[in-house]
Amino acid sequence: MGIKFSLLSVIALMAAVFVGVKVAGLHYFFGVVVPYAALATFLVGFIYRVLLWARSPVPFNITTTSGQQQSLPWVKQNKLDNPSTTAGTIGRMALEVLFFRSLFRNTKYEYHEGPKLRYQWEKWLWIFGLLFHYSFLVIFLRHLRFFAEPVPGFVHSLEGLDGMLQVGLPGLYITNLIFIAAVTFLFLRRVVVPQVRYISLPSDYFPLFLLFFLGVTGIIMRYFSKVDVVKVKELALGIVTFNPVVPSGIGVLFYMHFFLLCVLLAYFPFSKLMHLGGVFLSPTRNMPNDPRMRRHVNPWNYPVKVHTYEEYEDDFREKMIEAGLPVEKESK
Amino acid sequence: MAKVPKPNELVFDYNPPQKWWMDTKPEFRPGTWCYPGKAKNAEVLGLPNPREWSPLDEDWKLPSNWKEIIFEGMRDCLNKYRSLRVFMDICVRCGACSDKCHFYIGSGDPKNMPVLRGELLRSVYRKDFTLAGKIMGRIAGARELNEEVVKEWFYYFFQCTECRRCSVFCPYGIDTAEITIMGRELLNLLGVNIDWVLGPAANCYLNGNHLGIQPHAFKDMIEFFVEEIEAVNGIRIEPTFNRKGAEVLFITPSGDVFADPGTYTLMGYLMLFHEIGLDYTWSTYASEGGNFGLFTNHDTMKKLNAKMYAEAERLGVKYIIGGECGHMWRVIQQYMDTMNGPADFLEVPRSPITGTVFDNAKSTKMIHIVEFTADLIRNGKLKLDPSRNDHLRVTYHDSCNPARAMGFFDEPRYVIKNVCNNFWDMPPNCIREQTFCCGSGSGLNTDEFMEMRMRGGLPRANAVKHVHDKHGVNMLSCICAIDRAVLPPLMDYWVPDVDVTGVHELVGNAIVMEGETERTTDLRGNPLEGMEDMSDEDL
Ligand code: HEM
Ligand code: SF4
Ligand code: SF4
Repeated sequence: MGIKFSLLSVIALMAAVFVGVKVAGLHYFFGVVVPYAALATFLVGFIYRVLLWARSPVPFNITTTSGQQQSLPWVKQNKLDNPSTTAGTIGRMALEVLFFRSLFRNTKYEYHEGPKLRYQWEKWLWIFGLLFHYSFLVIFLRHLRFFAEPVPGFVHSLEGLDGMLQVGLPGLYITNLIFIAAVTFLFLRRVVVPQVRYISLPSDYFPLFLLFFLGVTGIIMRYFSKVDVVKVKELALGIVTFNPVVPSGIGVLFYMHFFLLCVLLAYFPFSKLMHLGGVFLSPTRNMPNDPRMRRHVNPWNYPVKVHTYEEYEDDFREKMIEAGLPVEKESK
Repeated sequence: MAKVPKPNELVFDYNPPQKWWMDTKPEFRPGTWCYPGKAKNAEVLGLPNPREWSPLDEDWKLPSNWKEIIFEGMRDCLNKYRSLRVFMDICVRCGACSDKCHFYIGSGDPKNMPVLRGELLRSVYRKDFTLAGKIMGRIAGARELNEEVVKEWFYYFFQCTECRRCSVFCPYGIDTAEITIMGRELLNLLGVNIDWVLGPAANCYLNGNHLGIQPHAFKDMIEFFVEEIEAVNGIRIEPTFNRKGAEVLFITPSGDVFADPGTYTLMGYLMLFHEIGLDYTWSTYASEGGNFGLFTNHDTMKKLNAKMYAEAERLGVKYIIGGECGHMWRVIQQYMDTMNGPADFLEVPRSPITGTVFDNAKSTKMIHIVEFTADLIRNGKLKLDPSRNDHLRVTYHDSCNPARAMGFFDEPRYVIKNVCNNFWDMPPNCIREQTFCCGSGSGLNTDEFMEMRMRGGLPRANAVKHVHDKHGVNMLSCICAIDRAVLPPLMDYWVPDVDVTGVHELVGNAIVMEGETERTTDLRGNPLEGMEDMSDEDL
């Protein structure tokens, strides 16, 4: 549901920039006002959401154990999939965040006549998920060259690595290709796999289109329409130094690219993209499996009415005595 | 009660319906839902809105302000459980969990994909608690709460066995079992629940166990097994009840006292404890290991669980040993100490036979009998004759809760391999943390739900069939009382030649007891390998 709606929304956003910049000449608005507003929304929204999560306590230790527990000394524990120490838990989280450990387990279920059930190899989501996130990260870091003067050394190294192929001029970045390929894969998977399509919401397609066009506008600027990089850097530096300037002569394509980024930022805290923060707070992953070793405290633990032994004995005393069961009191 | 279709009559269709899920309604077909909770049971437990009602009626007799109750209830849960807050916000609908649920595999109903089960609640959360949902409605995946939604919740939150298999695969660890738990918590605020959960919980509250066995009867039943054991090997065991000053309190699910094949597992416990001379007692008050409160709401879970520590304190024991049960161990591992601890009147468990200190249970002071037995075997304290299980070709079902709430994998396998000569594991995608549910957990083990149970149990049964066909496996072992009750009909349905056993039944068969007469049969009275003729003569 919502493919068209999401696609049209993104196109409408770009059209708005086109009209705004080309026709109405709102360079300052799209170059300065919107970015600050988006950044503020992102920061405030992100922090607000994380605080909202953090404010709710974790009353119970509900770790999902995905490997052998710590038990008798001669039983080999799976210290990363079922950690019982803080170090192990950090290791588990690192695997989740850096390598998508849980997604790596993914399989695909197949039904065959019989019935005979099969669970097939299915790592595509894991592979393209990783490719997508890492290329996104690299692209993000590469963009720092616009926002910092002098450009930090690691950004140069990254550019060097990324441009390894030495194809074309300006040099082709591998991550650009990967990024577009991965976003396309994620989109196609959503559309082609009937189950995934059935569960998808507009809010699942929207970020994909947003990212796709973010990437595409970027690529066009770099390889085809050749935006004036010096002026863009002037604008970017102006923003981060709180000294906004809007150099003239930057093409409308740049404003589109920049606006889509702003939309992404502003949209982020209200969307599923918050999985970035949420994964760190997920109680089934971020706690050691140690509740039998160390008591986990629930801050709102309140007493409940129980049926006490005394009440129980009162109910059954005669029968207990007759059956020779020990009692606390011979009669009420 | 619904007639259960034969295996070859079941249709499996995985194509999602034409209509979008917000526009489809569950069909309350016999065999796919459980009978509603009776008023008298709700009253015993002090649950809201006790009444007689039926899911087939148009009017579910909800309280007049039911919407407000749900809204307040949801707010309360969001404020009390970070799990709920985070899980409501971060699902990306990647679908990695979708085909991991045995109920989806068994039914093809897309709302049994964990992700959609979660969306059933999430959609209402978005409407009431998020800005985007309030403004954009459906476009943001939000929907209005109405009675149809409540009916849908009832249908699908009682088609989830809280097995947590989905949570192993989710990249963010979203645990749909936790969402179901919250869903049931909310439904219980309206008095919407099932009697197969409420009845046992009410029984447990008043009588000490789910089956409502009264103290004298509990003692009688265990003494009956004492005689059964004597018939097998001539050893007379004298268990004690409610005895103060014993070193250990032993608690196991009452299902083991009540019905085959759990009863044979119970005989195994009795024989083991007798043989090692353990100073232990049974309790008739804390005569239930399981906890159907877990399937009701957190308060009921706490109420029922409270008896374990209370009884341990009253009897003055040093620590507690728990029997083979699945969800019982979920509660002990992840809830008990937090809810009803600290148990500072107990001592860190120390095996009196081997001297092993169970540091992994140093706070709860309760250990699993399989840990205890594994330690005995490892230290050479048991004389075992595994050939007495040679007539069995065994595989092992990792029960969901010990698997995904503890990580209890190698201990049971160690014990089994020491008491059996023929053991084969099922394929790796179906065991250990990826184990498939029996299809009847979380209080859904009732007869009127049989079709869904057989459907949901298919992935488990299919894996058993694999080792049955390949290795001639004829015995499915497990460490869960619900398994022992529900796997036999599941096997009859899908893999008819396989029987079900607890691990301690296998121990009971193998353990060589001092002064015992020569055994010709196993605990079930089936002839041992090579003894077929002798047992005929006995008869
Ligand atoms: C930290 C651990 C993270 C994990 C395990 C993770 C995992 C995933 C997965 C499985 C998807 C689903 C792909 C799909 O929709 O089919 C996804 C999508 C996405 N993630 Fe992450 N992610 C993580 C962190 C981040 C971070 C740091 C960002 C930073 C911006 C991010 C941004 C996105 C975006 C933009 C999408 C694509 C939107 C979409 O598919 O709807 N993620 N992520
Ligand atoms: S695996 Fe997790 S994130 Fe993906 S759809 Fe399922 S619950 Fe959502
Ligand atoms: S907890 Fe188990 S039954 Fe429930 S949705 Fe997840 S896999 Fe299905």
